[in-house]
Amino acid sequence: MMDLFGDPARWLPVTFAALMGLSILIYVVLDGFDLGVGVLFPFAGEAEKDRMVASIGPFWDANETWLVLAVGLLLVAFPAAHGTILTALYLPVAIMLIGLILRGVAFEFRVKAPLPHKGRWNFAFWSGSLMTSLSQGWMLGLYIMGLEQTPATWVFAALTAVFLTVGYSFIGATWLILKTDGDLQRKAVAWARGGIWGLVLGLGAISLASPLVSPRIWQKWFSVPEIFLLAPLPILSGALVVLLWLALRRLPTSDDSWAWFPFVASIVLFTLAFFGMAYSFYPYVVPEQLTIYEAASAPESLFIILIGTCIVLPMIGGYTALAYVIFRGKATELRYD
Amino acid sequence: MDTLLLSRIQFGANISFHILFPTITIALGWVLLFFKLRFNATGDLKWMEAYRFWVKVFALSFAMGVVSGITMSFQFGTNWPGFMETVGNIAGPLLAYEIMTAFFLEAVFLGIMLFGFSRVPGWLHTLATFLVAFGTTMSAFWILVLNSWMHTPAGFEMRDGVAFATDWWAIIFNPSMPYRLVHMLLASGLTVAFLIAGLSAFRWLIGDRGAEVRATLKSGLILGAALIPLQILAGDFHGLNTLEHQPAKVAAMEGNWETGPNVPLLLFAVPDEETRSNSMEIAIPNGASLILTHKSDGVVPGLNDFVAEDGTALHPPVAPVFYSFRVMVGTGMAMLLLSWTAVAIMARRRDAGALPKPLLWALVPMAFSGWVATLAGWYTTEIGRQPWLVQGVLTTEQAVADVPAPFVGTTLVAYLAIYVLLLAAYVSVLFYLARKAARGEGPRRRTPLAGEAIVAQVPAE
Repeated sequence: MMDLFGDPARWLPVTFAALMGLSILIYVVLDGFDLGVGVLFPFAGEAEKDRMVASIGPFWDANETWLVLAVGLLLVAFPAAHGTILTALYLPVAIMLIGLILRGVAFEFRVKAPLPHKGRWNFAFWSGSLMTSLSQGWMLGLYIMGLEQTPATWVFAALTAVFLTVGYSFIGATWLILKTDGDLQRKAVAWARGGIWGLVLGLGAISLASPLVSPRIWQKWFSVPEIFLLAPLPILSGALVVLLWLALRRLPTSDDSWAWFPFVASIVLFTLAFFGMAYSFYPYVVPEQLTIYEAASAPESLFIILIGTCIVLPMIGGYTALAYVIFRGKATELRYD
Repeated sequence: MDTLLLSRIQFGANISFHILFPTITIALGWVLLFFKLRFNATGDLKWMEAYRFWVKVFALSFAMGVVSGITMSFQFGTNWPGFMETVGNIAGPLLAYEIMTAFFLEAVFLGIMLFGFSRVPGWLHTLATFLVAFGTTMSAFWILVLNSWMHTPAGFEMRDGVAFATDWWAIIFNPSMPYRLVHMLLASGLTVAFLIAGLSAFRWLIGDRGAEVRATLKSGLILGAALIPLQILAGDFHGLNTLEHQPAKVAAMEGNWETGPNVPLLLFAVPDEETRSNSMEIAIPNGASLILTHKSDGVVPGLNDFVAEDGTALHPPVAPVFYSFRVMVGTGMAMLLLSWTAVAIMARRRDAGALPKPLLWALVPMAFSGWVATLAGWYTTEIGRQPWLVQGVLTTEQAVADVPAPFVGTTLVAYLAIYVLLLAAYVSVLFYLARKAARGEGPRRRTPLAGEAIVAQVPAE
């Protein structure tokens, strides 16, 4: 049965790389917006903070589970790469984890601890979100640079750290445009208007730097016919940015139409950027060092995970959708009753 | 200190901090379902008030468990890459199934369980509560399968130093899994029973004498009294299983140096690995032989059987295993004594309110007795597996990452500082919530005006 699609040592690693990529993409979009909401915290008033948390409260936990799935798939499908990547990123991973701990518990503590402590937990929520976003961006930068640690790669990593944080704040702002109204919505539109320039700059900088530092990526992008097949990615991204800019100038509309547009457009934009990156790295799981075929687990083990995945993943999709339907519409106060 | 020791302390600290919260949520999920079902059946608002108070504790504990769990999933790679490289083919699928069948289920339905009460029909809210409880239990199942496999590996073969699965049934139902799973689930039940009894006793003592507190105090005590004998029985079976598969661990638990018959049960002693003997022994003659073999002249393995030719110990460090085991058993005895006394008094006077004050005060610190016993039990079994990470397959030393010790040391200090702060915040918030509920600021005192609020508070079932 494992030979159904040809050599299992070929198709299973590709399948798992795709699954892992999918989890990372879903994670970046979903936790991206709730991390972004956290990063935007200092710009909001006290009552607005409650509303911002209310807009992500029912979702954040499941959003973060995609990170666990992504690192879990890396762990189970590509154990050799898992060790190499995570030991190379030891410190940023630790900072990210501390950030995730702080913001995760702050969700609960800020409303359950005595009122005078709320400010402190709000600070923990903001700083945790910021630490997580920055360290994820830093890791992305080092990963693009083939996990090499030199002053030049650190500068690049510092840039990706800032730009990923800006990217998260942007998608966070578009989420707030969708989920809120009134003053907070107007503020969110303003945040998104500011953030979009950072986003353009970030996408541009990473797209320029990647082929310059990696001859292999240069080769993959600028040879014929690849260049024509890849052309839709930057063209579509450019068009989306223009549409986003136009939409943000007109929002919020009086009847709240099109409030969904910036969020959806951001998801598409994140997806396009992700595909560009995935294309550039294939077939490597550790850039320039280890391919997915070399790093993969035994086909027997991958196959038994795949069977479960095919059954469970649609169910996860189903009940995740149910949660988003139940908590659709503008965010209101979070209550246990 | 070297990277190995620092990494062990770091992982030990993380997993110790982590286990505190799943230990609560695994059983508390089912207790919440019980409260909800009692409310559905009786329509008595005290059950809904109990649900609303304890669902907050659940939410807080769940968040603490999630964030500390994410930390561990990364530390497999950052600190112990040799683990996945050697046994990844077995550990991988088990962890993957945990994420897919448990984590998403609990994370998604938690949102509905916490905030969906007024947004979804009553049956869906009850179903969400069930699915969250089910998810936490599934999570416990998979992780205990993996942990048990590390103690009693089965169903695999080694090829070029890497484990390959040959029989998944044998891997999942490895020899120690059923015992360990039952022992842990009961530990979770007891932790929650005493947490509920302890916090309810605290509320009672500060003057909160409502129907809700009466109900939860009674529920907690009865649950504790019912589970503790089962746990003692399960622990005995688990010990016999360990004797069969990991005799060195049992020798350390008993503090027994020489293999032989008529081994006494040491109530207290100070084991010394330098002199390879105990001092200050307080013992019951033949006790260990009786417990482990059910015969007074039964042979109990001794630590001196597990020493290499050159004198290096192949058994676990004795003192931590020996003391942890006694802390666990001692806490269990205190649970037995208190819960049975309380239930006997309640049965005679037919009222949870008739419990004497000293007993109630004794119950308050016992709120965290489950944590003490659980941690002590885990230290016994995990330190008892050393020097192995996977018994007979991979040593802890072989699995550790080649990360500079200062990195591990700095992050360890950061984690420890955060864990201490969070633990203090967690415990103080539990008591704050209890005081707030007792003062009537919680939802329980929002007494409905005639007819009006019942409709608003209770969605159509």
